[in-house]
Amino acid sequence: MTAPIAASTITGTAASVAGEPMLVLEEVNTYYGQIHALQGVDLSVAEGEIVTLIGANGAGKTTTLKTISGLLHPRHGTVRFEGTDVSRTPAHLLVRRGIGHAPEGRRIFSRMSVLENLMMGAFTRETPTIPPDLERVMTLFPRLRERSHQLGGTLSGGEQQMLAIGRALMSHPRLLLLDEPSLGLSPILVQQIFAIIREINSQGTTVLLVEQNALQALSIAHRAYVLQTGRVVLAGPAKDVMSNETVRKAYLGED
Amino acid sequence: MTAIASPAAQPNPLSRGIRMTVIAVVAVVAYMLILWVLLFGLGGRTVANAFPEALQQTVNALSIGAIYALIALGYTMVYGIIELINFAHGDIFMLGAFLATVFIAGITGNNDAVTNIPLLIVLLLGALVFTMPIIGLLNVGIERAVYRPLRHAPRLAPLITAVGVSFILQNVALTIAGSGDRKSPQIFPLDWTIPIGGAQVSILSIFIFVLAMLLMLALQAFVSRTRLGRAMRATAQDQEASALMGVDANQTISLTFLIGGVLAAAAGLVWGLRFGFVRFDLGFNSGLKAFTAAVLGGIGNITGAVIGGFIIGFIENGAASLGYSRWSEFLVFVILTLVLLFKPTGILGQLTGDRA
Repeated sequence: MTAPIAASTITGTAASVAGEPMLVLEEVNTYYGQIHALQGVDLSVAEGEIVTLIGANGAGKTTTLKTISGLLHPRHGTVRFEGTDVSRTPAHLLVRRGIGHAPEGRRIFSRMSVLENLMMGAFTRETPTIPPDLERVMTLFPRLRERSHQLGGTLSGGEQQMLAIGRALMSHPRLLLLDEPSLGLSPILVQQIFAIIREINSQGTTVLLVEQNALQALSIAHRAYVLQTGRVVLAGPAKDVMSNETVRKAYLGED
Repeated sequence: MTAIASPAAQPNPLSRGIRMTVIAVVAVVAYMLILWVLLFGLGGRTVANAFPEALQQTVNALSIGAIYALIALGYTMVYGIIELINFAHGDIFMLGAFLATVFIAGITGNNDAVTNIPLLIVLLLGALVFTMPIIGLLNVGIERAVYRPLRHAPRLAPLITAVGVSFILQNVALTIAGSGDRKSPQIFPLDWTIPIGGAQVSILSIFIFVLAMLLMLALQAFVSRTRLGRAMRATAQDQEASALMGVDANQTISLTFLIGGVLAAAAGLVWGLRFGFVRFDLGFNSGLKAFTAAVLGGIGNITGAVIGGFIIGFIENGAASLGYSRWSEFLVFVILTLVLLFKPTGILGQLTGDRA
């Protein structure tokens, strides 16, 4: 799984604004019509971190990611990425700024080949930079190389997840948002996916990870936020969150 | 493993293309043979003089089918990307026919049959270069002005709006050009024919067919091999996921309307050359048949629209050749109904259920 990566393919470091983390959410309130989904979320991700967002169904994890990537916009509050307020920036422009999002449910293009899906991931990239990026993704996910001419819809769930992550990586994100990458995968695949997330991070990509599989997520994350009905109820280093009594009861299946 | 960087559309696009071509050629030959037998059996011709007629009519059917196919593409592409049945598309075609007529008549002054070949080529190219961008941009403008604000409205709102736009365009043409037929100069000489086996095959029909095929192949290449074409297909499959790839949905939708309008304008030009008249309600009848073609082929599917267009062209031409032209629309819609009864998604259509 591990592969040496040429220096040139490593994501360039962002022009970091002094003092401020890469991503900052302040008092973010997002609505679906009348439904108040996020009720003042404060959250930050520093460059180089893996931060995980855990919580029950409907707590607002996916909404938080969508608000960051610009699929949704907050009614109040701000999202700042690398020092710029991006609360109103549409999703298609945020990709160019360096936010990659592998959405919930994978959302691969089922009637396109694996290769075309990856090419879509590189939509914002200059043509000459694409072949080395493809090589990087296919080294990370050898299955995608084997299936490169197969239609996305014919892949297994695990392969689709690999494709969704690989596709997001093709845009060279500095911040990668992953929504439930382990959902519906066999235990062995879950292990593989988490190992790959760690590797992507070690290659220089900052990761914000939403997971139901809290134990796994906490084991690879540096820091964690616990979300409950649209609010952050707990935040801190992953180790501390893991040992928190309430979290153990609610999310790690202990009683 | 070797072709990492080559953006192939399908697992094996070339062999698929060859297979489709073979099927198409077999279908056309079969149509000609059936028509031959029917002309002999029902039309009261002798075996010998039924053949040339069958050949001539087959070529004519190809040219009519090509016109329907060009229009049907605009219906199917717009439906594919925003799930709107753009009822105004037939009228876009009508305006294309008018504009081409105005351009040609403005230069040649209503004269038919330009026999000076270089001049003819310049006129035809000029008409295409003149009408295609104007009609394409008009289509883009209509989307911008009236469909885009309704993008997130309940589905019936844009649909009814499209019907409204159709009436507006028809009435604009009615006001400017009046209610009767207006002559469209048939600058492509109708008596230019190629003698094959006793038949006089119309060169105009061949020209229309070849022009349409060239446009459709260009479209196919654009959609399957270019970055923007890929973005268009991605947007049609999943708009939100495409946005996450950096695709601007509005831009892609505008591009779709542009292409639809451009193809309809080309169809409008060749319509005038073939039939010699234009009228404000041209878009209604032809539009309905082209829409039927799109549904028949599987709405949202580009190849399907082309196949559907040719099927409609063949049915119509077959009925007319046998002296049943009054029944041609009856036949078209009976076949549409039958196809939809047994294959509701059309010939090549997929269910759109995988859309979020």
